[in-house]
Amino acid sequence: MVGKLLLRGMLVGLVAGILAFAFARVYGEPQVDKAIAFEEQQAQAAGGAPEPEMVSRATQAGIGLATGVLVYGAALGGLFSLVFAYAYGRLGSLGPRGTSALLALLGFLAVIVVPSLKYPANPPAVGNPETITYRTELFFIMIVISIAAMVAAVGLAQRLWSKLGAWNASIAAGLAFLVVFALVKAALPDINEVPENFSATVLWQFRVASLGIQLVLWTVVGLGFGAVAERLVAVRDQRGAARRYA
Amino acid sequence: MSDTTFAPTYGPVAIPVRELLPWAIFAGLMLMLMIYFVGAEEGATSLIRGTAVHEFVHDGRHLLGFPCH
Repeated sequence: MVGKLLLRGMLVGLVAGILAFAFARVYGEPQVDKAIAFEEQQAQAAGGAPEPEMVSRATQAGIGLATGVLVYGAALGGLFSLVFAYAYGRLGSLGPRGTSALLALLGFLAVIVVPSLKYPANPPAVGNPETITYRTELFFIMIVISIAAMVAAVGLAQRLWSKLGAWNASIAAGLAFLVVFALVKAALPDINEVPENFSATVLWQFRVASLGIQLVLWTVVGLGFGAVAERLVAVRDQRGAARRYA
Repeated sequence: MSDTTFAPTYGPVAIPVRELLPWAIFAGLMLMLMIYFVGAEEGATSLIRGTAVHEFVHDGRHLLGFPCH
């Protein structure tokens, strides 16, 4: 059962990756190119020799980007299916499509939106190479805390469910999540390594494109996985019911 | 037998944790390794020498939101 779900999850993730790649080509690459042009211009102004190209820009923006996004998509779909396998039947009486859509929404918030409010995506030319280790650590710490807070919030909502009802229990849990986020956002150090003179427009559009790529990935996985898992899961539920009624 | 009906309604049946756990551990690790290679290899940490992986997935790494050089 889990293996079958995993395979389906990875396939849906691959499809999501293909669509996200198309989105990234159209909306993301122009911003990357502008950022690299700025980077080169700055290096020239400083009198430095242009950086040798190990991998051509065409490769990076083509097969390289496709590989990155597709591998990421397949892995995301696979991990999503494992979380679904645990959550299904444990989140009230939601069916497979509802469970999948809800998980994708909560996952997108916890893994992408909330961490990116603290540590947003940055185009080339933004970021000091010497702080890469520090920035990477903070980035992953933020994601881990955000996921933990979301899991705790879902648990809290379930506990308050019978007392407050579904609607108010969810609002209370959402508020608790926001409080944790506000505290963590204040406690973790800020990072601002945007060079002076870097175009605010390019930075904004790059970040919107980056968020858009993730939105495509999570939407396709959330809606697609529910659809392909539905029959598989329903057969198992029916068998469970048959056993109960036998 | 009071709950016997011709069209029994059935709700979602959870997958037992002991059935799920081996998958979660082994497949979970493999999948996270995939994300690691796209997102962080030859950046903050490095399993393979050089910068070929980094350069190849460079645009994806930036656009997926990972910190990159």
